[in-house]
Amino acid sequence: MGFAEIFSKIRKTQSAPSEAPSHWVKCSACQSLMYYKEVEQRFNVCPKCGFHMRISATKRIEQLSDEGSFVEFDANLIPVDPLKFVDKKSYKKRIEEAEEKTGKHSSVICGTCTIEGVKVQLVVFDFAFMGGSLGSVEGEKIVRAIHRAIADKEGLVIVSASGGARMQESTFSLLQMSKTSAALAKLAEAKLPYISILTDPTMGGVSASFAFLGDIIMAEPGALVGFAGQRVIKQTIGADLPEGFQKAEFLLEHGLIDMIVTREEMKKTVADLMKLLGAHCKSDDFELRLKA
Amino acid sequence: MATYLEFENGIKQIDEDIAGAKIKGDAHAVEILEKNLAKEISKTYKNLSEYQKLQLARHPDRPYALDYIRGLLKESYEVHGDRNFADDAAIVGYIGYLAGRKTMIIGEQKGRGTKNKIKRNFGMPHPEGYRKALRLAKMAEKFNLPILFLIDTPGAYPGIAAEERGQSEAIAKNLLELSRLNTQSVAVVIGEGGSGGALAIGVADRVAMMRYSVFSVISPEGCAAILWNDPSKQENATKAMKITADDLYGLKLIDAIVDEPLVGGHRDKESAIKALGDYFITSLKELDQLSDQERMDKRYEKILSIGAYEER
Repeated sequence: MGFAEIFSKIRKTQSAPSEAPSHWVKCSACQSLMYYKEVEQRFNVCPKCGFHMRISATKRIEQLSDEGSFVEFDANLIPVDPLKFVDKKSYKKRIEEAEEKTGKHSSVICGTCTIEGVKVQLVVFDFAFMGGSLGSVEGEKIVRAIHRAIADKEGLVIVSASGGARMQESTFSLLQMSKTSAALAKLAEAKLPYISILTDPTMGGVSASFAFLGDIIMAEPGALVGFAGQRVIKQTIGADLPEGFQKAEFLLEHGLIDMIVTREEMKKTVADLMKLLGAHCKSDDFELRLKA
Repeated sequence: MATYLEFENGIKQIDEDIAGAKIKGDAHAVEILEKNLAKEISKTYKNLSEYQKLQLARHPDRPYALDYIRGLLKESYEVHGDRNFADDAAIVGYIGYLAGRKTMIIGEQKGRGTKNKIKRNFGMPHPEGYRKALRLAKMAEKFNLPILFLIDTPGAYPGIAAEERGQSEAIAKNLLELSRLNTQSVAVVIGEGGSGGALAIGVADRVAMMRYSVFSVISPEGCAAILWNDPSKQENATKAMKITADDLYGLKLIDAIVDEPLVGGHRDKESAIKALGDYFITSLKELDQLSDQERMDKRYEKILSIGAYEER
């Protein structure tokens, strides 16, 4: 048995690269390579340059909520294809692919949890599901979360990561903007706090509806946030865009958001502000409900 | 000089023949030609494709917001500005009398001719335009005036200054505030209903579209560029997105189609303006039957009922 053969046998006993966890992560901003455990410990923020990498909704919930407190709602809402939409692929096929990729039926996960003991309704976008796009299921789930917040007198937290409205649902998706915003009017009338967290990227119809309606709007460092996409703006004005345009820091400078919060400080900041704005700490009730 | 679209060439020919016959004073020929014209018009407009309807929605001779306002409002005054930054000429506001009723009209205005197009920014508002619209809507609420919103925009302006001043926030705020505005409101898409920039003045008790108007989440060109990687597939995108008045009425996403004449507002402005006025007055009469609370509850229910999903 030659050396090459032995080597190939050893290789075969190892799992294929696609199945093995990738132990090394490359920062897409500074290109540094780092060990995955280090990255995870640091909330998926690059230890070298501080770049906030995109994370899944599940990971976000893990980082934001108290351990074991999250209870998901409305996972049983399933997208349909009201227009029988077909572009290069059918919408049905695109949904199937997204479901396979993420194990979810929509780009938002909604539920209740406590954040440092403060019970809230939490809505988290997953960019991996069709670019975090807003469709009918997402709109309905957000509205139900808002209605639960009103019924249970709790605060609301929405973490956005979205390219905007879902084109395959056309006007149905457009009208989710007014649907979610109208429901937020009721939350405001009930004087319940809503914290909107903008993460990379938050654009288009998501940006121009619930994402910019928070009592407090915070963004992660470097997050791209805006109404129009940069390519469209460039085409329209026929010039290059200024450095840092539509980044979180640009938004803060122009008075469009309250603060920039790093991922590491996010949980405490959200909890503190919820308490300051009057959301009640109802962890006892919450435990009772869990037992029931 | 009228503008003819490619599929209107048959009509153009007869129009020219009629003009010629009139110059010659040939009354008999005019009579025959006008009969032919009627036939040609009915043939052309009864079988329009979605894409042809999109072209009509963007037709340069189509009545714009100011045409409707001038045709419908009596003793009117224009009111300007967002009281904060600027007066956005892409959104106009008027108070006056419509069929004897005090009315506020807020509309997106495209310009006619190069100079006006630039002045109106091609009907693409900046944040101050939406803030002006909201200021006027709140004034209407305060004095219990019904509001007529006229929607006609390719979209909210995508530019640096618009982003700096919070285009997203301006649109979002309107969606929230208009949903709970305590006065009667009717929104009509008169031409192009382009995305969030249209919806920002499109939350109302009644939402309707002129026969040849479109309402879409993104322009067909934009959709084709993103989903087909090919902007020239705009015809496919137009059809797939179901953006015409007929499509959206069929999907129950709008309340009504305004009875614009078959030949289109670009050929018969007066009838189009009258049809819109009639729709507004009829809608107000229906809304008069409701108490404030009933009307607002119904508006909320309607906004929230929109969506296609399954619950397993």
